[in-house]
Amino acid sequence: MNLTATPARRQLHLPPAPTSPFPYNPGSLLSASDLPLEQISHLLARATALEDQDPLARARILAKRRIALLFYESSTRTRTSFELAAKALGADTTLVSSLSSSIEKGETLKDTGLTLRALGAEAIILRHNSSGAPWLLEAETRLPVLNAGDGMHEHPTQALLDLRTILTHLRPGIEAVTPDTLAGITVTIVGDILHSRVARSNMLLLPRLGARVLLCGPKELLPDLAAQAGPGISIERNFEAALRQSQAVMMLRIQAERLAGLQLDLEQYKANYQLTGQRLAAQAPDAIVMHPGPIIRGLEVTAGVADGPQSVILEQVRNGVAIRMAVVERALLAGAVAEQGGRA
Amino acid sequence: MTALVVRGGRLIDPAAGIDGLKDILLKDGHVAEIASPGKLKQANGAEQLDASGLTVAPGLIDIHVHLREPGQGYKETVATGTAAAAAGGFTSVAAMPNTRPVNDSPEITRWMQSPERGASIRVFPIAAATRGSKGEAINDFAALKSAGAVAVTDDGYPILKDNIMRETLAAAARVGLSVIQHAEDTRLTHFAGGGVAGMNAGSTAFKLGLRGMPSEAESGMVERDIRLVTELRDARVHLHVAHTSTAAALAAVRQARRSGLRVTCEVAPHHFLLTEEHVGCYNTNAKMNPPLRSASDRDAMIEAILDGVVDAIATDHAPHAIHEKEVEFEHAPNGITGLDTALGLSLRWLHKEWKLPLGRVLSLLSAQPAALLGLKGRGTLTVGSFADVVVFDPNAEWTYRARDTKSKSRNTPFDGWTMQGKVHWTISEGRIAYASRS
Repeated sequence: MNLTATPARRQLHLPPAPTSPFPYNPGSLLSASDLPLEQISHLLARATALEDQDPLARARILAKRRIALLFYESSTRTRTSFELAAKALGADTTLVSSLSSSIEKGETLKDTGLTLRALGAEAIILRHNSSGAPWLLEAETRLPVLNAGDGMHEHPTQALLDLRTILTHLRPGIEAVTPDTLAGITVTIVGDILHSRVARSNMLLLPRLGARVLLCGPKELLPDLAAQAGPGISIERNFEAALRQSQAVMMLRIQAERLAGLQLDLEQYKANYQLTGQRLAAQAPDAIVMHPGPIIRGLEVTAGVADGPQSVILEQVRNGVAIRMAVVERALLAGAVAEQGGRA
Repeated sequence: MTALVVRGGRLIDPAAGIDGLKDILLKDGHVAEIASPGKLKQANGAEQLDASGLTVAPGLIDIHVHLREPGQGYKETVATGTAAAAAGGFTSVAAMPNTRPVNDSPEITRWMQSPERGASIRVFPIAAATRGSKGEAINDFAALKSAGAVAVTDDGYPILKDNIMRETLAAAARVGLSVIQHAEDTRLTHFAGGGVAGMNAGSTAFKLGLRGMPSEAESGMVERDIRLVTELRDARVHLHVAHTSTAAALAAVRQARRSGLRVTCEVAPHHFLLTEEHVGCYNTNAKMNPPLRSASDRDAMIEAILDGVVDAIATDHAPHAIHEKEVEFEHAPNGITGLDTALGLSLRWLHKEWKLPLGRVLSLLSAQPAALLGLKGRGTLTVGSFADVVVFDPNAEWTYRARDTKSKSRNTPFDGWTMQGKVHWTISEGRIAYASRS
């Protein structure tokens, strides 16, 4: 039993902290914190190997295996790259989106998941507007579930592709990661942290490799308690000061669809937090500029910065396909390995 | 009516200051005689229950349950809810008015108490303070009281407006009813385009990507209510704070009591045992309103129970159907069941672990809630009182299984937890309402 926080005046034996049964399936990727460093190294290595592999040979890896993409929110990059990744490995994919399916008629996530399983899906890639939805889907279907973004919570494959991008530029040649692979590197995440699943996954992942994550934004979009989300995270509200410390700058979009009534002065926001060519040249001339997309040009970044020499935004997109090939492969093969291990 | 003798048990009646081996004779729904073992004078021909080695106490009283009738019988009915209550050692429950329709009328208040509902124990309705619990127009408290209502509340919602709350406190005081406040400043907890979060605001909510309910939403409302009670300067005014969950709200209650105000509060077992960490990976059976709070809030609940600031343990038994909880966390309704587990958790933790004397635990579950709502002849076993009795083995440990519940619902975070204290018999007004099979 755990001895957690104790009251001021007495030492009390308290009920145990909860233990997590997740993930039920070894092929699932629900949270960036689920992956031990060895698995991250393995995924990075597989991403490179799969990228380099002959396309015809690669297409035999998951030939005719069935993977469902279940999307409750619109998506360009994530959906397309997951689909291309699965197809590159030879899998059959099917897309179910909330606007063209029985979800519109009120079917629950549980029933949709069970239906996909009955149709032969061996893994489900889920994008959902509710935080935690992948956990529910995994518990109900016990299939490998890949979290392609849940509400304001996590987007673990984005963090992995961001890691690959950062490594390429700042630690070239490294594929096996350790707790100090990113020691000495500061990654600043700027903007709407509160509503960002990309920020949360990166905040959980990058410090485990030794990076310092600096969060920057106004109080409405970046509450002070964000710094308590894990080790290696701190807040710097002054954008210039944050930029000066950064080797990588990750710009985020303001998520108008999740503001829930919050009023923001966009002109004020741009004045304080827009990444302009001038700011970048003055404060961080060597840093890489990242953005998970979609970009709102002229809001969080100027067009000049988005298209400029420090921008690695399209490289992130390309890395998405490689990382997702590795994650999709793991989804179906990790389960098989575990099953065989279980039988033996 | 038949007579019943409970023989050879350890009678603990905190209100009467009794703790000793006694035989007790129940007759015509009341306690007829109490005597040392073998010394009852009027017990001839009475049915006998052997309580040797067991504890005999006033039946438990839960002043905060949702029986869901009328309107939501798929979650619970008066019959199933009271059956679960009896199995948990309860002989009285106070039923909250957030039914469909809201219980804001003498007709519904009487309907809930009708024998046709099939209650196995006594149900005391708590009526809505305002029409439809909308917080605007105050109901006729005299009529509700004569129909059987024992308090008024808009539970599920606060009475938000100062003038309406002031008027409610004053009008209830005039007819001798308590006002129970669901203390939640909904201006701080409701979000555009979304319902109630059911999650404490804080770093856990941030990490889970959930919108949170700040503790100030509770404590601010309690502070406002206490200010209104102070301003009314009427000793008859009684404010009772439902399901207290924050250290700051308890501090306000503590301060009000020092100032001599009639302000009471209840705490639910989940709020003195669990923290926001128990939401875990979006466990919807750990979602309720008020939500599970921080460790320091939980610790403050324990402290306040041990040092006597808390007046009652109440479960906020809130059954929901399985399909309603098997959804995304943000879409799941708030609430968990509690009648099955209140005694077992209280004995396991308050008594065994934290050394609160057995009499004090039982008082929090019977004598004090009875006094709080003015339930005459309940919460004690003196001669002439109602024959509401619980007989239990205080040392028995057992594992709670939600599937074994008599409730229609099983939305509990305590499935698989170790309980202490096994109920053998629950006797409601002289009738055996529950008997364990073993």
